[in-house]
Amino acid sequence: MNKAIITVLGADKKGIIAAVSGYLAKNDINILDISQTIMANIFTMITMVDISEAAKPFDEIYDDLKKLGDELGVVIQIQLAEVFDAMHRI
Amino acid sequence: MFISADEITQTLHMIQSEHLDIRTVTMGISLLDCVRDSADATCGAVYAKIMKRAARLVPECEAIEREFGIPIVNKRISITPAALLMGNFKPDECVKLALTLEKAAHDAGVNFIGGYSALVHKGYTEADVKLIDSIPEALAATTAVCSSVNVATTKAGINMNAVRDMGVLIKKAAELTKDSGGSACARLVVFANAPEDNPFMAGAFHGIGEPECVINVGVSGPGVVLSAIKKVRGEDFTVLAETVKKTAFKITRMGQIVAQEAGKRLGAEFGIVDLSLAPTPAVGDSVARILEEMGLEACGAPGTTAALALLNDAVKKGGVMASSHVGGLSGAFIPVSEDEGMISAVRRGSLSIEKLEAMTCVCSVGLDMIVVPGDTSASTISAIIADEIAIGTVNNKTTAVRIIPAPGLKEGDTVEFGGLLGEGPVMRVNPFGSEEFIARGGRIPAPIHSLRN
Repeated sequence: MNKAIITVLGADKKGIIAAVSGYLAKNDINILDISQTIMANIFTMITMVDISEAAKPFDEIYDDLKKLGDELGVVIQIQLAEVFDAMHRI
Repeated sequence: MFISADEITQTLHMIQSEHLDIRTVTMGISLLDCVRDSADATCGAVYAKIMKRAARLVPECEAIEREFGIPIVNKRISITPAALLMGNFKPDECVKLALTLEKAAHDAGVNFIGGYSALVHKGYTEADVKLIDSIPEALAATTAVCSSVNVATTKAGINMNAVRDMGVLIKKAAELTKDSGGSACARLVVFANAPEDNPFMAGAFHGIGEPECVINVGVSGPGVVLSAIKKVRGEDFTVLAETVKKTAFKITRMGQIVAQEAGKRLGAEFGIVDLSLAPTPAVGDSVARILEEMGLEACGAPGTTAALALLNDAVKKGGVMASSHVGGLSGAFIPVSEDEGMISAVRRGSLSIEKLEAMTCVCSVGLDMIVVPGDTSASTISAIIADEIAIGTVNNKTTAVRIIPAPGLKEGDTVEFGGLLGEGPVMRVNPFGSEEFIARGGRIPAPIHSLRN
């Protein structure tokens, strides 16, 4: 399994989760965990996904999500999960 | 979720708002197999070897930046000390090697290449003399080449002939680049106990005890430490030290994972993570501001050395457990021109060369990026070097001097170097001379290491 973390930050509006999860489903990226809150009026969504069977290489997914974020008026970032594991777990 | 949302947002906040980054991924390359019977043939072999090893350095680091979501500010190369390659060079051919390194750095896409260096702590070889004499011209003819000279070790003592010569060469290098404030001197470091695996410029070179090709990583993070200790304002020193330690652990883990990944992708060994806190001229990325946050009115005020000692020690304690191999310089850096808080402290009259010298007793790496008046004599520069080198030699640690006598400028003026090198206020130098002291030459014997007091 190749885990990545997708974070979505920005102004809340309808359909953000639908748009992001729609993109993921279309590209064979499996959602392992998902959480969403509104913190100080900022929409915050954190998703752990498995990209091992993804239809596209990491770079393309990175660019696609950035573009999708621009369309939705939010910032979407994807990072390999190892980096969080390294920082917060011994 | 195996990692909490809080932890994820904390990491993102460190990167986006607190300047957490990987300061440098430096590839060390051995060039010992490039020695040929002529300068031209050696230069050809050097270029080919560097490009073979480092052609993928920048693209692979950029891929890691993307995938891990952490910026890698600099990608750099360090090489075998160049004097070791110059046995068959004629004296006027040395600059050819510097130009070869410049071209290799440019073609590999790195901003600095370090190792135009000589290790002369006990004396000069003929090749050392050729290289050292060519340093001013080599630096003036290039923009990416960095040079260093190791003039002392704790075991060998101090080569005072080399200390004397460096004063003269530094003046010459400044003069050759007077249009840019003597900027060549920003790429020239004089060391005691130079480390063989240092990833940071301008002092990086690939020591002869190192493997064929190695990845060394330097992390940054003064902004992250500053924001962590702001949360414990007024608490006692135990709490303060613990806070720095925990933060340093997290910062260093980033360096460790990037170093391992870069080594794997580039077919090079993972060497070390350097635990230094390295500032930049950006506001919020300053070591001086950390010291001030501890409760000092300005960096340089009484208490500064103690504050720095605590900071440096806590960074090491936190970092050492976060990385499997620690090395390089590993100590807080206090370069003046590259640290917004240091610049401000000099301008406020709180920080002097003498106080900086005291601070270097408890941290890395010495009198770094100090700009002095252009009319400072070569012997005074040598004497400033001698003082700093003595601190390293006697205390069994690395110290260094990177000093810029800015041509035509006087105390209170400012030199703009630009980029990571920042801007340097011209500092006051003690006006009393040291000429006869420096004229003696010879070697200061190695210090005794029993009877320690």
